[in-house]
Amino acid sequence: MCTTCGCGSHDVLIGGKAATKRAARTPTQGAVAYRPRAATLEPAPVHSPDPATTRRIQVERDLLAKNDLLAASNRALFNARHMLALNLVSSPGSGKTTLLVRTIAALKGKIAVAVIEGDQQTENDAERIRATGVQAIQINTGKGCHLDAGMVGQALEKLSLPEKSLLFIENVGNLVCPAAFDLGEACKVVVLSVTEGEDKPLKYPDMFRAATLMLLNKCDLLPYLSFDVSLAIANAKRVNPDIAIIPLSANSGAGMDEWLEWIARNAQ
Amino acid sequence: MHEMSLAESVLQIIEDTARAQKFAHVRTVVLEIGALSTVEAEAMLFCFDAVTRGSIAEGAQLQIVEIPGTGWCMECGKNVTLSERYGLCPECGDARVEITGGNELRVKDLEVE
Repeated sequence: MCTTCGCGSHDVLIGGKAATKRAARTPTQGAVAYRPRAATLEPAPVHSPDPATTRRIQVERDLLAKNDLLAASNRALFNARHMLALNLVSSPGSGKTTLLVRTIAALKGKIAVAVIEGDQQTENDAERIRATGVQAIQINTGKGCHLDAGMVGQALEKLSLPEKSLLFIENVGNLVCPAAFDLGEACKVVVLSVTEGEDKPLKYPDMFRAATLMLLNKCDLLPYLSFDVSLAIANAKRVNPDIAIIPLSANSGAGMDEWLEWIARNAQ
Repeated sequence: MHEMSLAESVLQIIEDTARAQKFAHVRTVVLEIGALSTVEAEAMLFCFDAVTRGSIAEGAQLQIVEIPGTGWCMECGKNVTLSERYGLCPECGDARVEITGGNELRVKDLEVE
């Protein structure tokens, strides 16, 4: 298991059914224990391979190449259907699902919406979305800490996606790992809630760098907090000078109009 | 971050290469990791050990070559070295530095037998 986040690709469920296995190989037997080895950072240790039995093979392959290929295939599908796909990322508890429920209610009758929900466990979020009357499919990543393009591709097969519809992909609550994985989305939208702290963009710069839009959520709580909105905005801009920022509250509805206008502009 | 799934990608690349190039065991894997790629070399070593158990790369040595972060500052028009993704230009202090190197995450080559 990953030392930083516990991530691995086992036990992925899409709509409650086992996902297609991506790599067939013999599972490791027994417990996996950390076996420390000598540091092998550059300069590479000198050793003398036996030229008679060993050879060197140039590989030059990107680790994310496979994910990027699958993401390109998802993106081609979105483009062919003139869809807008948004990848919603944040830490757990920032209010992504509440924001989606409110957004879907406001868009009802205007645009067809579907949602892909990513969580390690439970169907809770997909059930909350389905209660609004739109399609939602839950991906349970098991030990995984992020959605990848392959999981999203499999979930897309289970959704009916009309022309010019809007797809929200609610990623696993995690401000680190989802930043590196392209899912084929038009852009990443990062949700930061005012109960978290102004320095989140500096602590987790990759995510704020990868996002096009930051939604500053739970602004109705500002009177009860010492959260400095202008400092949070300055920190986000320091990490990503081009990021757009909309303060709002999915609970009170304040600022939602600006978010809905942003969606309408980008859905065209 | 997600070094475990990246280590699985390394193994998959090794297994694909083994099928194409017909080898039975890997002695050394050279991996290029950019300084701005958000991958921790130590976590990668740990995960590589874990995912290669029972595979053709079991016991292989993972050599990590760190590629320095470089950027182009649009303000002062110079190539600069970056230590962080959001690092300011060391020359003029402007934030708008376009990253030109250091994003690498690549299996460079293998020593096989």
